[in-house]
Amino acid sequence: MNEPEIDLRGASDYKDRAFAKMTAGAAGVVLLILGLIAMTITRRSLPVFHEMGLGFFTTKRWSPPDSLFGALPFVWGTVFTAAIALLIAVPISLGVALFMTQVAPPRLGKPLVYLIDLLAGVPSVVFGLWGVLVLSQHFDLGRSFLTAGIILAIMIIPIITSLSREVIDTTPPGDKEGALAMGTTRWEMITETVLPHSAGGLVGAVMLGLGRAMGETIAAALVIGSALGQMTVRPLAPGNSMPAVIANEWGEAQDLHKSALIALAVTLFAMTILVNLIATGIVQRSMKRGQGT
Amino acid sequence: MIKTSLFAGALAVLGLGAPGIALGAAVTLNGSGSTLSKPYQEVAIDQFRKTHKDMKINYGGGGSGKGRQDLADAVVDFAGSDSPFKAADLAKAKGGAILYFPILLSPISVIYNVAGVDKLQLSAPVIAKIFQREITKWSDKAIAAENPGAKLPDTAIVVAHRADGSGTTQNFTEYLNGAAKGVWKLKSGSTVEWPSDTQAGQGSAGVAQIVKSTQGAIGYVDLSDAKASAVKYATIKNKAGKYVEATPAGASAAGDGIEVKDNLLFSALDAKGDKAYPITAQTWVIVYAKQSDKAKGDALKSYLMFLVKDGQGLLTDIDYAPLPKGLQDKAIKQVDKLMLP
Repeated sequence: MNEPEIDLRGASDYKDRAFAKMTAGAAGVVLLILGLIAMTITRRSLPVFHEMGLGFFTTKRWSPPDSLFGALPFVWGTVFTAAIALLIAVPISLGVALFMTQVAPPRLGKPLVYLIDLLAGVPSVVFGLWGVLVLSQHFDLGRSFLTAGIILAIMIIPIITSLSREVIDTTPPGDKEGALAMGTTRWEMITETVLPHSAGGLVGAVMLGLGRAMGETIAAALVIGSALGQMTVRPLAPGNSMPAVIANEWGEAQDLHKSALIALAVTLFAMTILVNLIATGIVQRSMKRGQGT
Repeated sequence: MIKTSLFAGALAVLGLGAPGIALGAAVTLNGSGSTLSKPYQEVAIDQFRKTHKDMKINYGGGGSGKGRQDLADAVVDFAGSDSPFKAADLAKAKGGAILYFPILLSPISVIYNVAGVDKLQLSAPVIAKIFQREITKWSDKAIAAENPGAKLPDTAIVVAHRADGSGTTQNFTEYLNGAAKGVWKLKSGSTVEWPSDTQAGQGSAGVAQIVKSTQGAIGYVDLSDAKASAVKYATIKNKAGKYVEATPAGASAAGDGIEVKDNLLFSALDAKGDKAYPITAQTWVIVYAKQSDKAKGDALKSYLMFLVKDGQGLLTDIDYAPLPKGLQDKAIKQVDKLMLP
């Protein structure tokens, strides 16, 4: 009677191995796609680097008829709008996440989770059009860094909120109850136990939001103003960002102009990967610390 | 925009399958490219299908650059383009030699929004100075000199241009490059280096919207878009020294005063003739000279003939200009050069 059991185990062993191979294959495909994308766009961006050298990153002018392509103002625009977006989105997201987990009764918290997730599902072009119609025209913000920053903030609030909520939820109830038992106020409980415990995860959540804000294309293209050479910190000035330039100019671009737009994509790709890597690193380090306590 | 062209592409793909089911052995032609000629393609397809129910034609838009690329990759049967192929790109085209068919002329209007000024006359050098921000007030001497008697206010000029790469920008800057030689410094292209204190709008509709909602604004859009948004537009001084209003008739007159090459390439910008409107753009349908599919080739032939002959009557209603007689005759003759298997 032992033999069938061995057979069964053998069969399941085989299935396990097949399953492992299949999942490894799926993971490999993702890496392969990522690698191929990186390779193709890097190769097709080479002509502009051949022409401009590293000046591509330091030149302020962008003049296709002169075959002169400098990405600096667009890199600045990308960083500046993303910074505005974070400035607005982080306090709101953390506030909402803390409200949902620490303050609101569960029957209010649950619907709020759905609502926030709903916001994450709205197509970006809808936000962009709303930005044009309401922010630029009705509130007279024009098309500017600030308008783009506000739209991006609205788009990344759901991401940062739902990640933060999950991180905050991992605070051991014992810690919180202990703090409250010591006679702390709810505010002190949050600042003394919840926030220190989830600090790493929260930074990670913010960084993932940052990655999304930097790469957002259509909404930014609609509201940022598409002005060239803007290196200002005035939020109401019209500007431009890397994804917006690519979306606007790709259709009619030729030769070196096309290569320059692809080089912008490479730069953006590298920047978002860097941000995501840093985010993952911070989250992992904080998770290790979490296991230790 | 990338998203809209993807959408149009998806529609085109869906369109491929549909007639096969509905009509049996139907022929489908797919085209993409110039958004300038899209309104004409739409009404022309509508009319053409009334007499050719067994054919289906899709035109996807997406911009001239996309049209030429799609044709070079042989993913469409015809392309719409406001400018010719570059020699280097043509060498890479999969289907070999190509034929150009001019299908319409379009006046590019200079639209403006200045309270109390209902008639405005401009010349190329003044337009150039305005768009590169050397003239920044409506009361500037240079503008006043061309508009004796007009009450020009002290309002600041707001320049609106296209945010997206565009054939209209290409033609407008090419016109300034030629007609305002020595004054215009931004050269020409689908995107140029606009000064940073100018405003950018998405598409012609976006530019018209900025001009319409901003006191003191000036911009450039195709006449059909100017009419659609009910904004005022200037009369422009032509090569003969006459101020001409942007009208289909003015654009057709421009088509009369130009030199047309044997392959039907030409530029209608800054044309000769008293009645010629100087900022006139043109657009072609481009096809491969040698067709590999008999049924498709036949369909293409009859659709091209419709575009350059019977369809021309549809143009004035949508604020485009029909080809002048001489050019139309050449285009009709060109249809015979299409080689079928």
